[in-house]
Amino acid sequence: MNKILECIELTKKYANNFCAINQLNLTLYSGQIVGLLGPNGSGKTTLIKMINDCLIPTGGIIYVNGNPVGIHSKEDISYLPDVLSLDEHLKVEELVTYFNDFYKNFNPVKAHQMILDLGINPSSRLRTLSKGTKEKVQLILTMSRDAKLFILDEPIGGVDPASRDYILHTILSNYNPDATVLISTHLIGEIENIIDRVLFLQNGQIILNSTVDEVREQHHKSVDQLFREVFRC
Amino acid sequence: MTWNLDNSRSIYLQLMEKIEKDIISGVYKPGDKLPSVRDLAVDAAVNPNTMQKALSELERNKLVYSRRTSGRFITEDETLIKSLKKSLATKNTQDFVENMKQLGFSKEEILHLIDELKENEDE
Repeated sequence: MNKILECIELTKKYANNFCAINQLNLTLYSGQIVGLLGPNGSGKTTLIKMINDCLIPTGGIIYVNGNPVGIHSKEDISYLPDVLSLDEHLKVEELVTYFNDFYKNFNPVKAHQMILDLGINPSSRLRTLSKGTKEKVQLILTMSRDAKLFILDEPIGGVDPASRDYILHTILSNYNPDATVLISTHLIGEIENIIDRVLFLQNGQIILNSTVDEVREQHHKSVDQLFREVFRC
Repeated sequence: MTWNLDNSRSIYLQLMEKIEKDIISGVYKPGDKLPSVRDLAVDAAVNPNTMQKALSELERNKLVYSRRTSGRFITEDETLIKSLKKSLATKNTQDFVENMKQLGFSKEEILHLIDELKENEDE
C-alpha cells in the first residue's frame, strides 16, 4: 500500500476570513475507493480544488503520490470537476482525440468502448446533448486515464438510475490496486457498497475516517443513516 | 445471481452468508473454482477489498481454500458442508420458533400449524 494522497495541516481561508478547510490531516493509500461526504458548505469542493491545484492553500501542504502538488501531480490525478469543463462546440469523438493529445496515460480504446456501451453518438456535438449525457461524456473521459488518483466530484448527481449503475459498475471494473478513487457525493446510499472507506467532513475538518463495515459494526446502521443522524438539521 | 444486501449489517458478513448459502444449496459444488475477487465484486456491486475480506474469512473457516496460482476453490470436505447446513437449519428454526413465541404460540400450536400447512400442500 502506497501513500497516494497526503494532506498535512491543510488550511484554506477565503477573503472574508471564512475558514473552508481548517488544519486538515488526511492520508489515503492505494487500492481504496473512498467516499468524501459532508453537508453543503462543509469544504468538500474546496479540498478537492486544492488537491487539483485549482486553489492555493492558505497553509499546509499536499503530496500526491509522493510529489507536492504541481506538474507531476496533474499527471497522476484524473479529475472530474463538479461543473462542465469541456468545449461544448466539439464533437464527442473530437473530445476523445483532444484528451488523447493532452494526457500521456489516456486510453482512447477504453473511452470509445464506454461511449458505445452508453449508447452515445460519437459524432454529436456536446452542446446538443442533455445535461445527464454531457456528464456521462465527462466521466468517460475522466475514467479512461490510467491515473493514480481519480477524484470524482458529484459523478452521479445528474444521471438516471440505470446509468448510475453503469457508472458504478465502471468504477468497480476499472478497480486497480495501485490507484485510489475519491468520490464526493450526496447520494450515499448509491455508493455505500462500492466504497471501502468513508470520510465525513464538517466545518473544514474530518470528523470521521473509517471503513464502511466499521461504521456498520460500531453503529449498527448504514453510512447513509449515520450521516442523516450526525448532520441532522 | 442477486446478492440483496441489507443496510445495517456488515457487508462482508452478508457476502460470506450468501456464498455459504450457495455452497450449501449446491450452486457451487465441492471442489468448484470460485470466480476471481474482481468478478465477484463487480457481480455483487461491492468494493473488491470487502469481497476479499469475505473470502479470506471463508478461507479461515476452511469452506474455501486457495491454490497459490490458480485461484480459490470450494472445500471438498462434504462433512464440513453438511455440518454447516445443519447449523444454518438449526439457526433458522430457532429464529422461527422465537418469532412464533413472540406472537404467543405454544410449541404444540406451532407444530399443529406446520402439519396444517403440509396437508394443504399435499392436497
